[in-house]
Amino acid sequence: MKTKNLLALEGNQAIALAMKQIDPDVVAAYPITPQTEIVQVFSEYVANGDVHTEFVTVESEHSALSACIGASAAGARTMTATSSQGLALMWEMLYIASGARLPIVMTVVNRALSSPINIHCDHSDAMGARDSGWIQLWSETAQEAYDNVIQAIKIAESVNLPVMVNMDGFITSHAEEVIEPLDDEEVKNFIGEYKPLRSLLDIEHPFTVGPLALQDSYFEFKRSQAEAYKKVIPVVKSVAEEFAKITGRKYDLFETYKLEDAEIGLVVLNSTAGTAKEVVDTLRREGKKVGLLKPRLFRPLPVEELKAVLSRLKVIGVMDRADTFGGFGGPLFTDIRSALYDLSNRPIVTDYIYGLGGRDVTMEQIHKVFESLELIYSSGKVENLISYVGVRE
Amino acid sequence: MKLPTWKEMPEGIVILEAGNAQEYETGSWRTFRPVVDKGKCINCLFCWIYCPDSSIIVKEEKMEGIDYAHCKGCGICSKVCPAKAISMVEEGSL
Repeated sequence: MKTKNLLALEGNQAIALAMKQIDPDVVAAYPITPQTEIVQVFSEYVANGDVHTEFVTVESEHSALSACIGASAAGARTMTATSSQGLALMWEMLYIASGARLPIVMTVVNRALSSPINIHCDHSDAMGARDSGWIQLWSETAQEAYDNVIQAIKIAESVNLPVMVNMDGFITSHAEEVIEPLDDEEVKNFIGEYKPLRSLLDIEHPFTVGPLALQDSYFEFKRSQAEAYKKVIPVVKSVAEEFAKITGRKYDLFETYKLEDAEIGLVVLNSTAGTAKEVVDTLRREGKKVGLLKPRLFRPLPVEELKAVLSRLKVIGVMDRADTFGGFGGPLFTDIRSALYDLSNRPIVTDYIYGLGGRDVTMEQIHKVFESLELIYSSGKVENLISYVGVRE
Repeated sequence: MKLPTWKEMPEGIVILEAGNAQEYETGSWRTFRPVVDKGKCINCLFCWIYCPDSSIIVKEEKMEGIDYAHCKGCGICSKVCPAKAISMVEEGSL
C-alpha cells in the first residue's frame, strides 16, 4: 500500500503548492491580505525554478486579471488569486474573462469589503461577483481548497469558462492543517496538457477577440454564454469522480451531512459548515432530526439537485456570511428559497446573516439557530424571516 | 447580410474570419462628402496613405476615386491634399 504523504500546511501554502504542481504557463497576481501568502510562496517557486511559469508582477488587481485575460486568449494555462478589494477592483475584467470564455482559475480568499476597512473573513467579495459568469467552487477546509483548485483547472478547460475557488480568509487561509497532497506526477496526469480552443499566437488561424457587438449581436453573444452554464454541472460531477479514483476523496455539487431523514436542515458555506456539523452531531445525540447541506458549486446553481435533496425537509435555515443591502436577505438565502418556490410542499426557509467582518461564529450561536428553526417547525410560524446572528443588539 | 442566431455564435466573443470589417458599410455615417477634382489631382497618394478607412481607390499607382460605401467623411484626405484637389461637400446639399 502506498504510504500517505501528509504535510502540515496553512491554506494559502496548500494553494501555492497546488499551483506549483499545476505549473501554469502564466500567473499574474497582486498581493492582498489574506491572499498574500499564495503570491509570496508561488513567487519563491518561480525564483527557484520549480515551475516554468511566466510570473507577471503588476501594479493592481485590475492589471492582474487584464494580464491573465491576455495570456489566456493567447492560449496559456493561466492562474491568479485575490481577496476582497482586489476582487472588487477586478470587477469589470471578471465579465470580460467569462464573456470571452477564458478558462482562468483564480483562488479567492474570502474577506469583507470596505467600508469600514476590515481584513477578516466574510463572503461579500465573492457574492458580489456571483453574476459575473465565473464558476464558483467553495471549500470548507484547506484540503478541499487544494483539491478544488486542481479540479478547477480541468473543469475550466472542459467548458471554457473561468473558475473561482473560494476559501475563508484567515480561518482557512492561515490555519495550519494536515494536507494530503497528490504527487506532482498525479496532478500532471490528472490535468493533462492544455489544448486551448483558440490561440492568438496561432498565426495560421487569425481571429478577433473581444470585438464591439452592438444592438445587432450583443444579445446573441450573451444568450449563447448563458447556455454554456448548462454544461457545467455534469462536468463538475465527472471531474469529481475522476478525482475520487486517484485520491479516494469524494466531491459532489454539494455535501449533505445527516440530511437523509432530517426534518430541519441548515445550508451553510465554507468553514462554518465544519462548526455546524459538530452542532448537528450534538443535536442528533439528543434524538433531533437535523442535518446540513454545504454547497460546493454555487455558480452555476445546481437547482434541480438542490430541490431533490431539500424538498424532503420541513424547515431550512440558510446561513449567509454576506448581506445584500436593501435586498431581500443574503444571497444564498434568496437563491435557495427561490429554487424551492415551485415545490408543491415547499419547506419554510429562513435566513441567518452571521460572521460579517470575521466575527467569530460559535457552536452556541449555531445551536440557537437550530433552536429558532425548531420553534418554527413546531409552531409553523416565522417571526423573523431574516435575522442577524452574533451581533450586539 | 443574414445575422447568425445565438446558437450559431462562436464560443467566446470572437470573430473567426479576418478582414470582414469590409462587410460593415460605414458610408452612411458621413455628413461631408470628399469630392475629387481630377484636373487638380497630382496622384501623390497622400490621401491613400492617410485615409483611416482604406477608402481611397487606387489603380496602377493612380488615385481613381473614393469608396463612398465605407468613407465616413472625416476630411483627412482633403486636409492633407497638397494640390487642394479634394473638397468636402455637405451631403444634404448634393
